[in-house]
Amino acid sequence: MPKVKIPSPLRQYTGGDPEVEVGGATAGEALGNLASEHPDLRQHLYTGDGKLRSFVNVYKGDEDIRYLEGQDTEVADGDEISIIPSIAGGTAERRCR
Amino acid sequence: MPLKIGAGDLGRIHDHARDAYPEECAGALVGIDNGGIKVVVDVWRAENTHEEERSRRFLIEPLEVKKFEEQAEEKDMGLLGFYHSHPDHPAEPSEYDREHAWPGYSYVIASLGAENVEDMRSWTLRDDRSGYDEEPIVG
Repeated sequence: MPKVKIPSPLRQYTGGDPEVEVGGATAGEALGNLASEHPDLRQHLYTGDGKLRSFVNVYKGDEDIRYLEGQDTEVADGDEISIIPSIAGGTAERRCR
Repeated sequence: MPLKIGAGDLGRIHDHARDAYPEECAGALVGIDNGGIKVVVDVWRAENTHEEERSRRFLIEPLEVKKFEEQAEEKDMGLLGFYHSHPDHPAEPSEYDREHAWPGYSYVIASLGAENVEDMRSWTLRDDRSGYDEEPIVG
């Protein structure tokens, strides 16, 4: 089974495990299975309509799956999938001070 | 849970916010979570790589976050969270902040005008993503 590396803010939902083995033939399947096995994690990976959140970056080895086949990127036994946060934010449009 | 930041690290966040003004700055809070209090041991500047509107947006790239995580672990510490500035806006998280936040991290926000940092507060995202809880900053 592929291995998914869990970033520190999400380890509270995997019992503290930094790495979890999950089934799946593609990166998308593996992430979906991860969210099924750890339901509290789902809302932090996916939007309400089931899309991967924009600040959730998924790498197969050293490559961002956006530059491979996206969630259809094939994964095999022993492949390492990493969930890597990007950090973003900012202020509201309106000047409020 | 309180977030302990010493005067030196507070000063470094203030300096970064002033250097970046009128754009937003951002960086990492590195330290130790001992269960009852989070102790910031160091603050590391990040590059705000948001492509436009950096006066009200910031972005820290995933590979930079990964590098911070690895460097913190090498020093037997952890990535406690991140700081960023709100130029000419309050030190409160925006809706945009909430949409992009991760659970578990501390988000320190420095509010500043052209001259000085006027307020600094720390926030954590609620588990259900519905909003934030403020955590006290202690010296």
